[in-house]
Amino acid sequence: MELTKDEESALKGEQGETMQTAYRILVATGEATDAEKLIPIKWAHLSGVNYNTIGDAGEEFLSGISKDARVKVKTTLNPMGFDIDNVKNYGLDENFISKQLSIRNSYETMGVIPSFSCIPYEIFDIPKDGTQVAFAESNAAIHANSFDNLKTNKESAFSALASAIVGKSPYSSLRKEDNPNITIRMKVKNPNELTYGMLGFFAGKVGDTSVNISGLGEMDKRQTKAMCGGMGTSGTCAKFIFGEGDSDCEKIDFDEKEMQNVHDELNTAEKGNIITLGSPQLGLDEITQLAGKLKGRSFQKRCMVFMPRTVKEQSTKIGYTAELERAGCEILADCCTCLSPLISKDSVDAVTTNSIKGAFYLKNSNGVGVNLKPLSQIIEDETR
Amino acid sequence: MKVLVSGKVQGIVLKSEHPINFLGTVDKKTGVISDENHDLYQKSLKDTVLIFPSGVGSSVGAYTIYSIKSNQTAPLAMICKKADLTVATGCALANIPMITISDEEFSSIKNGMKISFDTDSNQIHYQ
Repeated sequence: MELTKDEESALKGEQGETMQTAYRILVATGEATDAEKLIPIKWAHLSGVNYNTIGDAGEEFLSGISKDARVKVKTTLNPMGFDIDNVKNYGLDENFISKQLSIRNSYETMGVIPSFSCIPYEIFDIPKDGTQVAFAESNAAIHANSFDNLKTNKESAFSALASAIVGKSPYSSLRKEDNPNITIRMKVKNPNELTYGMLGFFAGKVGDTSVNISGLGEMDKRQTKAMCGGMGTSGTCAKFIFGEGDSDCEKIDFDEKEMQNVHDELNTAEKGNIITLGSPQLGLDEITQLAGKLKGRSFQKRCMVFMPRTVKEQSTKIGYTAELERAGCEILADCCTCLSPLISKDSVDAVTTNSIKGAFYLKNSNGVGVNLKPLSQIIEDETR
Repeated sequence: MKVLVSGKVQGIVLKSEHPINFLGTVDKKTGVISDENHDLYQKSLKDTVLIFPSGVGSSVGAYTIYSIKSNQTAPLAMICKKADLTVATGCALANIPMITISDEEFSSIKNGMKISFDTDSNQIHYQ
């Protein structure tokens, strides 16, 4: 990768240790993707916020780098481990809470917007078509490339942070072009969001950096988010291109059998003790629908509902928060199902969810069983 | 071979045919794989030369790599078929040597082999 004189000087450490670290990360990123140069970006979205995922090493790293690192472009942030408004209800220890607040403080010191959301594409204005951004959250990178006409690679937590500090990213891969050699043909009839999540998970396993996808039909927000979340979990692929693709593309069918394989891998329980909704977090559209579906009904077991704080505030104003709480939902802002410290195998055997992304991490990281069901089925089976 | 993070390493191969999602499936303290569907289930990555097709999944996996290095449970080096940003940047920050190799070379390296490489001389040896 060619660097300008100024960039070379930063890499040598002549602009301080933080800039040197940032450039070292960008150079590794550039080498990994055969980039020719660095280009300016307009927006970075960072992962690596939840103390449950980054641990003491991450907390210490951020505390150190925040002493002099400042972001150069608009920078937003992934969810953290809890909602400060109700954390006391969940029995988290003091150490977790103080380390999490230290992480929040480090990001705020660096000038990051404390959005604590994995759906930046739903709560911030989308820049004009073709804008270069650097999104680390995998579902957000896929959504940005596939549905929002933005350009990002599937950044890592560190490459996005380095991009935010430098204001640039390596010009490579999906930032330049996409030429998938695979077309996935959706063959499952009457898909719901769970089907699309499994389709995404399957696509991530077979795709490389991008895939063509055909036979999707009309999709709502919940379904598109499920598909992006599923793909981000299983692979390195960061873009869906809608259509059949070139005739020489390898065609792979996603049929009932392939769907069953994904289901068998992730569904490990017949039923859950609690329900979680939101991985990715729910946006206002989904909250509106959920409030509608729950009219006159109540959950018979705990149901955790995860959303960004801005969505919680809007929901409260409109009255949805009260409606959901009446139906037995626990409303959680700033955090997410995915790697939540609020769900522990000490108190929960299995979780019912409609999220493939959530299922993967609940099973492998939280170590609990997972019972997969689409939202419509959850409401039918679990409410009265 | 292509060098992503330079260094000189000698160790025993721990090889996986499966990609690795470092977040959630590798314990950030112990460096042990927790995904029962993975071919390295319950294996420790500590002080191995870890060979696998590529990193997949969460972008936060880069922090897991940095954490296992800080907790002294990290591999000595990583060798992949394909470079992905999570593994490349995690190794860059943790200073874990990392290279990519061809499909042929990947197939010829077996679990338990003694392996050494030096990114300065661009040499890789295994037996």
